[in-house]
Amino acid sequence: MNLEEIKKYLKEYSGPELRIMEVCGSHTGAIAKNGIPGLLSDRIRLISGPGCPVCVTPSSYIDRLIGLCLTPGTCVVTFGDLMRVPGSRMSLQQASGMGGRVKMVYSPMDVFPMAQKEPEITFVFAAVGFETTAPVYALMVEQILEDHIENIKLLTALRTMPGIIDRLCGGGADIQGFLAPGHVAVVTGSRAFEPLAAKYSLPFGVAGFTGEQILTALCGIVKACERAQSGGDGGLVMNFYPSVVTREGNTEAQELVERYFGVSDAVWRGMGMVPSSGRLLREEFAALDAGSRDLTEDHKINEACCCDKVLMGKMKPTQCPLFQKICSPLRPQGACMVSTEGNCYTYYVNHRE
Amino acid sequence: MEHGSGGQATGELIGEIFAPAFKSEVLGQMEDSAVVPGSGRIAVTTDSFVVTPLVFRGGDIGRLCVCGTVNDLLMRGAVPRYLTCGFILEEGLEIDLLRTIVRSLAETAAEAGVQIIAGDTKVVEGNGGLIINTTGVGSVPEELDISAGNAREGDAVLVSGTMGDHHAAILGERLQIESDIASDCAPLGEIVKGLLDGGIEVRTLRDVTRGGLGTVLKELAEASGKCFIIEEEAVPVSAKVRDFCGLLGLDPLYMGNEGKLVAVVPQEQAAKALEIMKKARYGSGAAVIGKVAGVGEGTEAGELLMRTQIGGVRRLTVLQGEGLPRIC
Amino acid sequence: MCVAMPGKVLSVGSRTALVDFNGNRVQARTGLVKIEPGDNVLVHAGCILQKVSDKEMEEMNAVMREMDELL
Repeated sequence: MNLEEIKKYLKEYSGPELRIMEVCGSHTGAIAKNGIPGLLSDRIRLISGPGCPVCVTPSSYIDRLIGLCLTPGTCVVTFGDLMRVPGSRMSLQQASGMGGRVKMVYSPMDVFPMAQKEPEITFVFAAVGFETTAPVYALMVEQILEDHIENIKLLTALRTMPGIIDRLCGGGADIQGFLAPGHVAVVTGSRAFEPLAAKYSLPFGVAGFTGEQILTALCGIVKACERAQSGGDGGLVMNFYPSVVTREGNTEAQELVERYFGVSDAVWRGMGMVPSSGRLLREEFAALDAGSRDLTEDHKINEACCCDKVLMGKMKPTQCPLFQKICSPLRPQGACMVSTEGNCYTYYVNHRE
Repeated sequence: MEHGSGGQATGELIGEIFAPAFKSEVLGQMEDSAVVPGSGRIAVTTDSFVVTPLVFRGGDIGRLCVCGTVNDLLMRGAVPRYLTCGFILEEGLEIDLLRTIVRSLAETAAEAGVQIIAGDTKVVEGNGGLIINTTGVGSVPEELDISAGNAREGDAVLVSGTMGDHHAAILGERLQIESDIASDCAPLGEIVKGLLDGGIEVRTLRDVTRGGLGTVLKELAEASGKCFIIEEEAVPVSAKVRDFCGLLGLDPLYMGNEGKLVAVVPQEQAAKALEIMKKARYGSGAAVIGKVAGVGEGTEAGELLMRTQIGGVRRLTVLQGEGLPRIC
Repeated sequence: MCVAMPGKVLSVGSRTALVDFNGNRVQARTGLVKIEPGDNVLVHAGCILQKVSDKEMEEMNAVMREMDELL
């Protein structure tokens, strides 16, 4: 099938309504940027799930970072993503305005020259991310140990996909298929989704991030759904990103992550504790941890915030009572509106319905 | 620095650095204010420049402040004539750096055909930084009416070249991504004069600065009450800038320039306007990127739509927030 | 969630490799996959995650064929 045939198929689909969830913030963004919802049949609904690691980080994590950056002798180093996320009182950007030391970088590796230049300062890296980024942190830990660096620490908020997808499906979410995160799968391999596909008989399409790649994956997912509708087995994992995703993934990266980080339960903002859905530095590396273990508290900035329901796909951003009226990118009431890959942000800036 | 106190040291600073660079008869009179000939409608604009780093690939704060102000005048069809420059120097600013910036400012002013006729210098505590405030004055031909709200149904939308270059250049200097993306900081007089002299009935001109093309077009759609529709494939973005944005999760549509403009012209003049722009200095990358639609089914007043490369439709808004790089 | 880009390896050092993205150069961290100059690699947060297969066209065609057989 070429692109035109794929578009035709998706536009003309007339079977039972399908709700397909993407669980990767970059997919949420790419779907909006390419205008994909308008290319699909009315009977195919795309639902945005908890795919933004920034959005699902509990407020206590941000509060801890703010405390650290305002502590003399400490500098917080972070990706741009985290700068505007509100904690219980303020964001890192606001703390920086108050004199807190915060440095924004493209890569965690950029912290090494900083640490070397100022050995008396403790640099704490805000280590958030999914399975895609975990290996980068593992390389960081390896280098800290190999080079005996004493002034770099990590505050981690690592999350993993299978645990949260299990919670979504197990909690009775009305979803008929998943657009699986392409870059997570580069590391984990497409096999990471096989147990879930089998357990819930749902199709997973591992997709890249261009409009064409996403449409192709959606086509495969809808076809698998149609097969399930006529009695076939819908529980399968399809790899539509073969240029970088294999079934096994990057085993070296997986081993490196395993060496330094153990599987743990984790709190997802607005959703509470989800078993085996995160990773923490192993006990023997506790000296490198800036206090990641006890960050479980979560506070809403606004009681009426519905981020938790939005993240689970139970509510569309447009259905939240605060959306647009009180909550906007300039005055965000919840994480989903802050992150440029947050569901609410994407809906807002693309006028998505 | 006692250079700011108005006494001997200030005089020396002006004499050694500013006066030789801003060679203008008016300024040379060293009066308290400039009295210059003028009649008819005037355009006035003011801006302050706080960019860091002060010197970057493709330009510096001196060049930038002239281009920014001159271009604002040009966007109303004005002929830029005069500029004022107020300098706020932070302690620790190196004299040689100041000299370089002032020289660059003077060269750019000469290129843009404007005279610097008034100036001021202050010194404050700080860390070697520099802020420049400029006010620009230009003369507007009587019959000319170029403004944001003038777009009409059927008009063509053009840009004068690639998008996002300036912002990418500045951001690249601040992060550890080595690239030779240069700021496109430039005065757009030749393009504007070319269009007007060529008989193009220019409806609207807008320079694409902070907020990027998406912001500018959305503002024009709202000001005119029309619907602007652009083609993603037609928007020129260099491969370098595209990949730079790709690395940082940024969108070239929302990255600013300092030497590019949007022009809205009647559809039947689009081809001619394009040819004029391409022949002008700084316009070689010009392209027609879309059109102005009437309000109707699927097209609302004040809306900005983009047809994506795969044939989808994306509704765009102004830039929200700061456009910080991201990884997750 | 995972902004990653393909680029070309220009040179390989001890812990990093110089990767080019249409004129943008990043000293990307190696250590997760063996690479050589000339390889196309996927880079995320300054780190090389995987090599990009040069057989993408064939692989995609195979995937599409499997998909066609689904129904």
